[in-house]
Amino acid sequence: MNAQMMKFFRSKIVVLALVASTVPSLAGSIEPAKFRNCAWCHGESAEGYGPAPRLATQRYQYIENQLLSFRDHTRDNPFSKQYMWGAAANLSPPTMRELAIYLSALPPRAADDGDKELAAKGRALYEDGNPASNIVSCAVCHGPNAEGIRDIPRLGGLSYYYLKRKLEQWGEGYHTTAHAPMPLIASKLSSGEIEVLASYLSFVK
Amino acid sequence: MKVSRIRLVLPAAILAIVSSTAGRAQNTDTAGFSQQALQSKIEYCKTCHGVSGQGFHGSTPIPRLAGQQPQYIENQLKAFIQRRRTNKYMYSVAHVLNPAMQAALAQHFSGLNPKPLGGAPKELVAAGKKIYEEGVPDAQVPPCASCHGPAAKGDGEFPRLAGQLHDYIFNKLVNWSSERGQDAANPDASAIMQPIAHNLTKAQITAVAAYLNYLE
Repeated sequence: MNAQMMKFFRSKIVVLALVASTVPSLAGSIEPAKFRNCAWCHGESAEGYGPAPRLATQRYQYIENQLLSFRDHTRDNPFSKQYMWGAAANLSPPTMRELAIYLSALPPRAADDGDKELAAKGRALYEDGNPASNIVSCAVCHGPNAEGIRDIPRLGGLSYYYLKRKLEQWGEGYHTTAHAPMPLIASKLSSGEIEVLASYLSFVK
Repeated sequence: MKVSRIRLVLPAAILAIVSSTAGRAQNTDTAGFSQQALQSKIEYCKTCHGVSGQGFHGSTPIPRLAGQQPQYIENQLKAFIQRRRTNKYMYSVAHVLNPAMQAALAQHFSGLNPKPLGGAPKELVAAGKKIYEEGVPDAQVPPCASCHGPAAKGDGEFPRLAGQLHDYIFNKLVNWSSERGQDAANPDASAIMQPIAHNLTKAQITAVAAYLNYLE
């Protein structure tokens, strides 16, 4: 093989390497082109960023329901209105399902951004609720390890900031998808209880 | 003299009667809780057990309470509190309830009548009906109907099974001896079901559960 051929191949390999390095390595899954728009806010690996929650490893039925509720404008808190109403407006149901299934298969990584000192109290509240003030155990629906089931979302590893805001918003009267009991439940939580829950859950793997 | 005295007393008497009845509606009554507390507690139960007490498939199946025998509900609440029946969520819920509140909750739920959640495999219903009505003589299992009633509505301390979640029934029967009668020093009525739960095969339990799942 002469030097010119080597040079030809080398340049192609360099280009290939450059292109390949921009694609995030995801164990076995192929990123649908449609996900690129989500990645701007939710992160290349869907791990979340700022107010945009982690979508990786979330229950796919839950993601689908949320996309529908953004499109129908049922979910109406300020960030949803500002960003997600537009983002979901042109998604067809098959696309929603495709995205949801893709996201649910991505590997989990806990946000770990809560207050470690509050985690133990948060765990007790998560598992037992507070019967004296009529707060139900979260684990009964969300699972013993906050993993969720069917269309009930996984809470484990979500960002402390995201969880805190959601719980507060439901207490302030913002809506969620139809039939979800969360606004009623969350409105009973004190701010201290929200703090410990959000902290605990941010560490759950 | 007599007339003027009555004139003075009468308005005061009326005032006393009116203010006392008005007061009772707001304050704690002799049972030890207010109507407000009862309503809040009912709403709390319904968060898991369903808005009409119809049950809910959470991370674990949460049973239907609607139309349940009030005596059975009260007995179970006491069993949870005394840890004769083990369930960590229900222990937490139940141990803050005084007996009067338990009775009031039981009364409320027994009066509800939503449609069953359904969802069990329909092809098993016929086999389940046969077991419910005839038992399994070869396994010394009497007909369920003999205690739970021909329409599975229950009676007194025998619970209603009609419309119950099928996976809840399955879990309870399969786990009977590890969940019920857990205080050897205080055996309770759950002992009746122990040999029955033990002798039924999982397939039979699944069939009976499917049949009961759709009963109204």
